[in-house]
Amino acid sequence: MSVKEKIIEGVLLLCAAVSILTTIGILWVLISESSVFFARVPLSEFLFDTQWTPFFADKHFGILPLVTGTLLTSFIAIAVALPIGLSIAVYLNEYAPKSFRSTIKPVLEILAAIPTVVYGFFALMVITPFLQQIFPQMAGFNALSPGIVMGIMIIPMISSLSEDALYAVPTSLREASYGIGATRFQTSFKVLVPAASSGIIVSVILGISRAVGETMIVAIAAGQQPRLTLNPLVPVETITTYIVQVSLGDVVQGSIEYQTIFAAGIALFALTFILNNVSFYIKKKFQEKYE
Amino acid sequence: MSKRIDINRIKDNLFRYVGIGCTLFGLLMLGFFLYSVLREGLPRLNAQFFSSLPSRKPEEAGILIPLFGTIWVMVLTSLISIPLGVASGIYLEEYGKKNRLASLIEINITNLAGVPSIIYGLLALEIFVRILGLGKSLLSGSLTLALLILPIIIVATREALKAVPKTIREASFALGATKWQTTWFQVLPASAGGIVTGVILAISRAIGETAPLIVIGAMLYITTLPSSPMDDFSVLPIQIFNWLSRPQKGFIINATAAIIVLLAITFILNGIAIYLRNRWQKKVKW
Amino acid sequence: MVTDMTTHKLDAQNVNVYYDQAHVIRDVSLTIEANTVTAFIGPSGCGKSTFLRLINRMNDYIDGFRKTGTILIDGEDIYDKKVRVEELRKKIGMVFQKPNPFPKSIYENVIYGLRIQGINKKSILDETVERSLRRAAIWDEVKDNLNKSALSLSGGQQQRICIARTLAVEPSIVLMDEPASALDPISTAKIEELIHELKSQYTIIIVTHNMQQAGRVSDKVAFFYIGELIEYSATKEIFINPKKELTQNYITGRFG
Repeated sequence: MSVKEKIIEGVLLLCAAVSILTTIGILWVLISESSVFFARVPLSEFLFDTQWTPFFADKHFGILPLVTGTLLTSFIAIAVALPIGLSIAVYLNEYAPKSFRSTIKPVLEILAAIPTVVYGFFALMVITPFLQQIFPQMAGFNALSPGIVMGIMIIPMISSLSEDALYAVPTSLREASYGIGATRFQTSFKVLVPAASSGIIVSVILGISRAVGETMIVAIAAGQQPRLTLNPLVPVETITTYIVQVSLGDVVQGSIEYQTIFAAGIALFALTFILNNVSFYIKKKFQEKYE
Repeated sequence: MSKRIDINRIKDNLFRYVGIGCTLFGLLMLGFFLYSVLREGLPRLNAQFFSSLPSRKPEEAGILIPLFGTIWVMVLTSLISIPLGVASGIYLEEYGKKNRLASLIEINITNLAGVPSIIYGLLALEIFVRILGLGKSLLSGSLTLALLILPIIIVATREALKAVPKTIREASFALGATKWQTTWFQVLPASAGGIVTGVILAISRAIGETAPLIVIGAMLYITTLPSSPMDDFSVLPIQIFNWLSRPQKGFIINATAAIIVLLAITFILNGIAIYLRNRWQKKVKW
Repeated sequence: MVTDMTTHKLDAQNVNVYYDQAHVIRDVSLTIEANTVTAFIGPSGCGKSTFLRLINRMNDYIDGFRKTGTILIDGEDIYDKKVRVEELRKKIGMVFQKPNPFPKSIYENVIYGLRIQGINKKSILDETVERSLRRAAIWDEVKDNLNKSALSLSGGQQQRICIARTLAVEPSIVLMDEPASALDPISTAKIEELIHELKSQYTIIIVTHNMQQAGRVSDKVAFFYIGELIEYSATKEIFINPKKELTQNYITGRFG
């Protein structure tokens, strides 16, 4: 191999290494800044205290209210996206004519391409006022409305991943079911969905992970009140919103308030990292099953 | 027995409507949403809105600065992320396919693609803004977004390269071409359509991002157009977020008008990407 | 249901099938009597599988599928608008080329056909499982492991589970699409033996590539070639004294 070829390969490798550097950078930033935080705040308080009040005189640093806020909005999102996304997947896979399927899929993908700040507007200005007509006691900022909107946003993710999983079920199983007199509905839900369950679970986990990390929709429409509640009608604060809230304020760099966003960041990173890797693991096992 | 079959058939047909209903639900929300945005914001889209600086009065405010900022960010982010991403994709697909470093990078990229965008903001705040001293500049913002979309570009590049049949490479090698010559003269041109599609989608994603830019402190009141990558900046999503957090109705209308502009850019980019993808898929039938 | 002696079990008249422009079955007519084994033979792509799948309407969902002519079963047109395809398929079971058990337990596989009819009574299900597995000659091998996944069995066992699953809904016709082509010789022998035993209760139509198999299991043989039914007569007749040269050439292995 000539010298020139070697140099080119080296340059390409360096470019590829940027992604490794990014990961190292993320870990280093999160760990180094939050280690200062954890030197001042014991981990047990961070994990188990039920209040998050870094800006009050009586400071509490319990991440739980932010975590419940995050999980509550994410759960609402998945409660919207899973039934709708899975129904779309089954319909497109087993019922819809091919031409309809190929036209509708790119159109649905548009839902995933809309900037999230725009979804935030939708949640705050359209969905919340609409829901307030149904629940008059509902606050202007709440978990329900951004949850629903995040659900709409991740519908294409669930439907397309689930459809891939359904499509991957061998035709022979489908024929066995039809051959014995099952309808499309029975074949879909008694044979195809169970056989594709790991792929569908992967889509759900990735959907949750996406919702957990989503920032703008909740920052705009869920409020900024860290509160340990499962009530979807009152303002809550998610981990991501908290980071935005601090970033918008005049927090002195190096202060404990400043370090809290890195502590919150590491919690967020850990949450999404676990979810993503569980899904990779399931996906890998599932691929082996069919090969 | 046959009654049971009737029930099953009814259920079967019922689900057809459930399926159509769910599919349409997404589209309906999209349509309803576009309608409500257009109704509110369209009247506000006049020459003044495009050419004005920010203002305390909603009716005098405009998107000149964030629109310019978005264009700047688009260009800078592309300049940084495209060469890096395509080169990484080429390395992983064409060069380092079997070695351990490559598989480490691969796992790493899959993970990076799942990292929430706001985390990239925290990374940038420390590294670009503070340690490298780039401040809240256009360059900081573009670097942040470039890192964010890097995994998308790398994955798209690899998919496109994968679609090029081995025979093309072998034909080139057989004529005495080096690996790089083969990649540069044969494989890359053959996969250009797929790569460009992926890149456009990634850029479209970048210009819609808000959260990481807020974290690096880009939510500023700026009254001059940026003239170099080191200048402070604002972008459309930030301006929208800013206006949305104001109580006055006039600012909300401004936000909807800015949303129309942002959506227009997003849809145009996505449209181009889909068009290119379809054309590429039609043309390239190996 | 009409089952007097004058009607044939299956009566196909002037059947043509098209996939878009392709004419894959050309004017085929044949009749099949109850409690016989009929083998469809012919080279790949000759239309024998397509014809088999017409009988339980498995081609219905294929894009561009079109058919003319009539197929009567027990004197009734199975392509009549009033016919419910689910009921038809319950009456006409099908065993596929590759064993295709569901990724469920042996028990759940066998009773799938009952479950989808809404039958959930434990005693009926238990009884059906035993009866069907016995008929499929696999009861002794699996009776202690009914809750084991069907996928854990060998290919030959899986295929007999699939046969049991088909028999569980009490069909009167069983269609077999090269049921032994993916199996080893010992499993194949078991399946062939089984076909012999099932004949007393069912009408069996089997598609096969394997001449010897056709000779061993069938009463009558239908030879298809490029969508046409070339010759249809008693098995002995067709092997000893074929009327058409094409049949002769195929049987003696001059093409295939």
